[in-house]
Amino acid sequence: MRFMMVVKATTDSENGAAPNPEMLDAMRRYNEELARAGVFVAAEGLHPSSSAIRISFPKPNGKPNVIDGPFTEAKELIAGFTLIEVKSREEAIEWAMRMPDPHGFGQGEIELRQIFEFPKLTEDSDAAARVDELHERITRKPRS
Amino acid sequence: MNEQAVHRSIDGIWRIESAKIIAGLARMVRDVGLAEDLAQDALIIALERWPEAGIPDNPGAWLMTTAKRRAIDHLRRNKVLDRKYEEIGWEMERQHEPAWDESLDNPVSDDLLRLIFTTCHPVLPPDARVALTLRLLGGLTTEEIATAYLVPAPTVAQRIVRAKRTLAAANVPFELPPKAELPARLCSVLEVIYLMFNEGYAASSGGSWIRPTLCHEALRLGRILAEIAPEESEVHGLVALMEIQSSRFRARVSPSGEPILLMDQNRALWDHLLIHRGLAAIKRAERLGHAFGSYLLQASIAACHARARTAEETDWVKIAALYDALSQVAQSPVVELNRAVALSMAFGPEVGLEVLDARVQEDSLRNYHLLPSVRGDLLMKLGKKQEAYLEFKQAASLARNEKERELLLRRASECAVE
Repeated sequence: MRFMMVVKATTDSENGAAPNPEMLDAMRRYNEELARAGVFVAAEGLHPSSSAIRISFPKPNGKPNVIDGPFTEAKELIAGFTLIEVKSREEAIEWAMRMPDPHGFGQGEIELRQIFEFPKLTEDSDAAARVDELHERITRKPRS
Repeated sequence: MNEQAVHRSIDGIWRIESAKIIAGLARMVRDVGLAEDLAQDALIIALERWPEAGIPDNPGAWLMTTAKRRAIDHLRRNKVLDRKYEEIGWEMERQHEPAWDESLDNPVSDDLLRLIFTTCHPVLPPDARVALTLRLLGGLTTEEIATAYLVPAPTVAQRIVRAKRTLAAANVPFELPPKAELPARLCSVLEVIYLMFNEGYAASSGGSWIRPTLCHEALRLGRILAEIAPEESEVHGLVALMEIQSSRFRARVSPSGEPILLMDQNRALWDHLLIHRGLAAIKRAERLGHAFGSYLLQASIAACHARARTAEETDWVKIAALYDALSQVAQSPVVELNRAVALSMAFGPEVGLEVLDARVQEDSLRNYHLLPSVRGDLLMKLGKKQEAYLEFKQAASLARNEKERELLLRRASECAVE
């Protein structure tokens, strides 16, 4: 299963301040460790919200509103993410706990979110057969 | 944290740390079976203590230290040579448990590499190699391995016990293979990983089409190997092949569980992140400048499909050329079969059929359902429906997977229509 470790924005990241070298180094080593454990999938950092736009849909079926950044409330914004592929939620939590503090000055925050997988693959062939059967029954046209 | 929550955390920690701990112990005690027992002892102690004492700051190091103490106790109890005991005492002093983030440049990678060479050792039968690798490097329990392979747990347990005994009896050293043996030994490691992947990807028996655990474990092992043996282009080739094949999981099976052939798959459902990783792995291999081995060639073929935005855009001429190269380094009837398919796509079904009948020894493929399946497909394209029908029927009678059989019967009935 895949998880996204979301790094929240901070005042510094929103100001476009370059992270300090120690932090970068710690992050690099952390990503290397993820790769060596075979769980690393991808990691990206985002530009500050000053270069972002927001598209909102205030009226159902209506025209979208476009708002230019920057946006306030750094904690509601994201600064980057790391995707990992792991065996269990517990393993994901353990990796997230080991991520270095992404800010270092008290504002660091990481959020761990599971990624939907589709279709749901099952290990249990009996369960799969039952799901298939159910699916067939639902989709079968009523006899005339 | 309540006891259950601690136990769940320990599961996560074990998954991350177990292979490193077992590998480190095996280097000291020179016996992977004993190393695993000692690591398990440490795990049991953690399960007992951590719910009350709390999880230590560096759980991996804690487990390692505890296991090493058990190792010393064990050797003392068994009055093993003083020399070995001293060796371990020295190890413990010297290492002094590096902090987690300092552990990057220590010999952990070498230990892991030794471990995988040991669990994939040619003295073991293939199914034992796979089971032992899943157990010692994947940290999977016997039950998990049994579920993945749809066999009873005692069967797996026995396979693992026997494998450990075989390794001990054959006196297999816990070492990296000598240079002269390296290519063959690496080949065995890659074989085990690909076997695991294929067993999951095209489940050869039973009703389920994909067994994700095996695919994920194989991919994870491949990715680890690519980091600890980055100079081997075939490792990257295998990883690329598995990444690209995995990218098709979502598109390979219909909601009702029927297989969807590559050319009919909805490419929007392909996992483009995995394709990207696969292509990057191929580049990594190419940069090494070695001759293309069979995995890298297969990955390059998979990459041709992955790069095509629509089935019509597939570069069949290039694929046919890659199959030519593949048949040079890894001649097999199955490769010839695929080569014939590629040639037919590039230059027409007559060419494919000609190659198929000229090059493929039917003897070696007599019970292989894909031969009549491919012939049926080519005959169908030539409008020879009656002959195609017979081939598909024959293919269906040989297929081992139920879903595959259904697909072949459906193709046969398509020929019969009109």
